Amino acid sequence: MSPNGLALPVVLPMLTGIALILLPRRAEWQRRISAVSTAVGFLIAVALIRQVRAEGIQVLYVGDFPAPFGIVFVGDLLSTLLVALNMLVAAAVLWYAFLTMDPERERFFFYPLFQFLLMGINGAFLTGDIFNLFVWFEVLLIASYILLTLGGEPYQLQEGFKYVMINMLASTLFLVSVSVLYGTLGTLNMADMAVKIAEVKDSPVVAIASVLLLIVFGIKAAIFPLYFWLPRSYVAPPGAVTAFFGGVMTKVGVYAMVRVYTLLFGVDDGFTYTLLVWIAGLSMVVGILGTLAQMDFKRILTWHIISQIGYMVMGLAIFTPLALAGAIYYVAHIMVVKTALFLASGVTEKLTGTTNLKKMSGLLTTHPALGALFFVGGLSLAGVPPLSGFFGKFTLIQAGLAEGRYGIVATAVGVSLFTLFSMIKIFRTSFWGEVRHKAAADRAVDLRTYGALLGPLALLVAVSVGMGLGAQFTVGYVLESAHQLLQPSLYIQAVLGSGLGS
Amino acid sequence: MELAAIIAIGVLFGSGIYLLLKPRLLRVVFGSALISHAVNLLLLTSGRLKRGGAPLVGDVPAPVTDPLPQALILTAIVIGLGTTALILVLAYRIYQEKGTDDLRQLRGLEDES
Repeated sequence: MSPNGLALPVVLPMLTGIALILLPRRAEWQRRISAVSTAVGFLIAVALIRQVRAEGIQVLYVGDFPAPFGIVFVGDLLSTLLVALNMLVAAAVLWYAFLTMDPERERFFFYPLFQFLLMGINGAFLTGDIFNLFVWFEVLLIASYILLTLGGEPYQLQEGFKYVMINMLASTLFLVSVSVLYGTLGTLNMADMAVKIAEVKDSPVVAIASVLLLIVFGIKAAIFPLYFWLPRSYVAPPGAVTAFFGGVMTKVGVYAMVRVYTLLFGVDDGFTYTLLVWIAGLSMVVGILGTLAQMDFKRILTWHIISQIGYMVMGLAIFTPLALAGAIYYVAHIMVVKTALFLASGVTEKLTGTTNLKKMSGLLTTHPALGALFFVGGLSLAGVPPLSGFFGKFTLIQAGLAEGRYGIVATAVGVSLFTLFSMIKIFRTSFWGEVRHKAAADRAVDLRTYGALLGPLALLVAVSVGMGLGAQFTVGYVLESAHQLLQPSLYIQAVLGSGLGS
Repeated sequence: MELAAIIAIGVLFGSGIYLLLKPRLLRVVFGSALISHAVNLLLLTSGRLKRGGAPLVGDVPAPVTDPLPQALILTAIVIGLGTTALILVLAYRIYQEKGTDDLRQLRGLEDES
């Protein structure tokens, strides 16, 4: 089988987006086309995973230029898995958007922009060229700038401006590190760069570039000292957009960090990985402290993002196959569960007209199904077996104990307890008790709409349960993928070894 | 030649950061524009500033210029153009909605102060 399929997760959303702009802006057509395209994209991604498992790392030489000169697309176990999850989460979010997005936003290019966002994210996962990575980051960021501010509510504009500026600064720093690396190594192909970096050992310029890249991806992923933009900007857009941003966007930063620190700077210099451990611990603690201070459904969830990024960085920092497998599992788990919880908060907002926990209660009496789905999602986030969150944390903690990193392990366990606590806080105030919020009378959400709203939520929760129950398979997959990451020679061999593609 | 370019990059970066830290919308936008110019210059310098032949296959005089940085800069300029245009619209819309361009008045949520 040829590796041309690697281009499809990028080309398909691009063509769909262009078609949606050109076609008449009739909502039902826009919906149908984007739904079909996203579903097909998910199937293609699953086919790619099967292909990579069967035939090893796939490399597509774009335009048939030989390896270090042209742009390459590389599909390994990690990147194809993330593409598939991205499309899956996107499908659920789109389903939710069909039911909730207001007609004005639908008319003003919400669906095409969403497709362009998917294109950027898939491109970032699949590319094997660092400048191309920058370009995909820009594609997804520009789409996200517009999605964040679409609608033009004053709060959206105000927070959108800050989001744009922070990300623009991060992109500029990304370009600085790319140009520094290019000036030193004379190449932009990541596999080739890995070879050259191994040759110029201990070059101070490379060290500077690596720290700059850590800052860049740190801003995108919202790790400890660079998270300040996230909690406010992510609550600004409508529920569907928040859910997708919260579930997927920061993980692109985590992916880039994992890719760069396994492939390019995968040598322990005794400093970087210690720094990463501290960043991981502090992100967990700061994020969870943020959730404790909030009394708002959405804002609690956004602060949680920071704390969970900490777990992923922890896996990268410990840097053993088991730890990395835990981190990958955790990324996959969070993409699914976080989106599910944001969707739950969106449904709650539709029902009660507020996200303020103090203004709602007793939802379990009136809407038991929503309560049950949120409960399962919340427990999964906190890491209660047999749900998916448990296996992610279990793997990470096991890896930490094996390496004797007791400090970070204790932090991870402690923060887990507080995660459970904050989930219980939401459950206790909004689902238990007597009905206090103004019930659905004035917020005309009839039973059928409500039932439909639970669809995407149920899908994602089911995936989370499935990931947990099928842990034999899922943990096996991420372990395999971690082994692949920790042997950069496989990646380099695949990209440079075979010369021109077949 | 490289030294002059490096000093120019430093000055552009410095002034860009200075403008970014100002609490006015338009100055922040100009600051980001300056910084992106600084990076374009840095990309150009990273390919070494020198005279040389065109990088074509065949008979070319020995020192050949590196065409890649220019391709990278072109991409970066296009992206910068798009983003700056978007930010200008955003800044204008903020001014329309909020009636101010002072970033100190553009913070916080409705229920916190």
